[in-house]
Amino acid sequence: MAAEIALNFQKTFVGRASITAQLRCALDPPSVTILFGPSGSGKTTILRCLAGLEQPEEGTISVGEELWFDAANRVTVPPQARRLGYMAQDYALFPNYTVEGNIAYGLTGLSAQEKKARVDEVLHLLQIESMAQQNPTQLSGGQQQRVALARAIARRPRLLLLDEPLSALDTPMRARLCKDLRTLLTQLAIPSVVVTHDWTEALVLGDHMAVIDNGRMLQTGTPQDVFSRPINAEVAHVVGIETVVQGTITEVRDELATVQIGTVTVTALASPHFGPDVFVCLRAEDVTLELTGSADTSARNHLKGTVQTIISLGALVQVTLDCGFLLTALITQSALRELNLRLGSAIRAAFKAGAVHLIPRR
Amino acid sequence: MNWTAIGVTCQLASLTSIALLVIGLPIAYWLAYSTWRWKFLIESIVALPLVLPPTVLGFYILVAIGPHSPIGHFYTHIVGHPLPFSFQGLLLASILYSLPFAVQPFAAAFEQVDRKLIEASWTLGLSKLTTFFKLILPLSTAGLITGVVLSFAHTLGEFGVVLMVGGNIEGVTRTVSIEIYDNVQALDYTAAAKTSAFLLVVSYGVLLLVYAVNRRVWSIWPQK
Repeated sequence: MAAEIALNFQKTFVGRASITAQLRCALDPPSVTILFGPSGSGKTTILRCLAGLEQPEEGTISVGEELWFDAANRVTVPPQARRLGYMAQDYALFPNYTVEGNIAYGLTGLSAQEKKARVDEVLHLLQIESMAQQNPTQLSGGQQQRVALARAIARRPRLLLLDEPLSALDTPMRARLCKDLRTLLTQLAIPSVVVTHDWTEALVLGDHMAVIDNGRMLQTGTPQDVFSRPINAEVAHVVGIETVVQGTITEVRDELATVQIGTVTVTALASPHFGPDVFVCLRAEDVTLELTGSADTSARNHLKGTVQTIISLGALVQVTLDCGFLLTALITQSALRELNLRLGSAIRAAFKAGAVHLIPRR
Repeated sequence: MNWTAIGVTCQLASLTSIALLVIGLPIAYWLAYSTWRWKFLIESIVALPLVLPPTVLGFYILVAIGPHSPIGHFYTHIVGHPLPFSFQGLLLASILYSLPFAVQPFAAAFEQVDRKLIEASWTLGLSKLTTFFKLILPLSTAGLITGVVLSFAHTLGEFGVVLMVGGNIEGVTRTVSIEIYDNVQALDYTAAAKTSAFLLVVSYGVLLLVYAVNRRVWSIWPQK
């Protein structure tokens, strides 16, 4: 058997749509798999089944050589025996232990000396040495998150499961901690499964991702592929972002960044904190189409291109252009007629600098 | 005041509380965490002493441990004397009579421990038993104190069950509440007043402790 995490199961809660999971991801090299979907889609349940906190009715779960769950043969490995690092959404720190006590909690079977060394190691790794003697209730959300991560990794788990690791934090802090988390996960080299509903987190953290909605896995692939090439309208709707391309920031001036994407450049709002390599993300409804000869508008970006695909979505039409990279726009049926668009038509796309989302890329 | 009766009563109440701490914890754990659909059957049995007249409970216990029952016969065979009208018999009856006063606060405290904390403990590799001692118990101390103190206080004042099962044997089964009854029967109101005042003060003190620990009104059945 190949070294991989293999999920193939079904779980039903009474009165709810059943949740079907089919996923394989390689354990070597260690990678980060994102379970992406809106709330109520079933992604947390899949993670809990992987942790052994819920039992599916049917199917199997295996990690590497170990069979963790097999409904047909009544195999259920309890969470205690799965060697996991599991982090719940609200961190679930033990209020009756200090930060140090929380981290040392799962380090059973180690000598006092080894335990101390391991606690110090993770305290240092997450830069929370100064909080060691504090009670978790005294800490801020970001600090609690670090303690919860420290506790989860202290046992050197073979699999790390993170449920919405950043959702309990406020937005400005989230972007920074998201990057920190990615750095940490790369450094740890532990296979990880992360649940999120935030596409920026999925792009920053993930190597692979599965899009989940209504209990079904709709598409799997690298985050960039899934976001930029959703297999159907349903996925496009769930992920909510249509254009994701790799670019490099070449210049920052007056808080505007010039980003090189292949042979073309676009202007975006500059964001401090990250290096030149970025994902350039655009929502289709933020892109307008205009005839090549028309006068410039207030939009910073005007790109010439040719129409590659036209997909009707009822009242709206999704048009994909090749303008050096593939760019998706969402326009009305009447706009389509007025612009007289056909496959191969030359057209100009316009979008504001503020509509361009830059996400740091490793 | 009859210090012998007070001694017997305190001994009975202490032993009952300790026994209920040992017996009550696993029952409360099961009641708090079991997902068995017929759980309410057991919940109702545990709560029965709250509503049953003590004489009814006492009667059934007396029959159950009497020399004609298998339990009573077996006990007499092993120990050499029958269970009814002995301190041991009285202790058994007190444990059953005060069961809900210990189990319900325990179960309520366990139910208030966040499920996510318990799951976090499991995923960190700790067994259910270790999780119970390292996490659930320390987070339930207020409920534990409440249960122990209430069963102590409840045993102090029990009357009907004691009379049915223990009888009225000086130095063995004569408790404070029976002492008061005897005093009144003998028209010795001075002695009855003294003993009553003593019981009142002790009971009030014990409840003060419960409320001070909990800082909220104690309710009989676990709050969901």
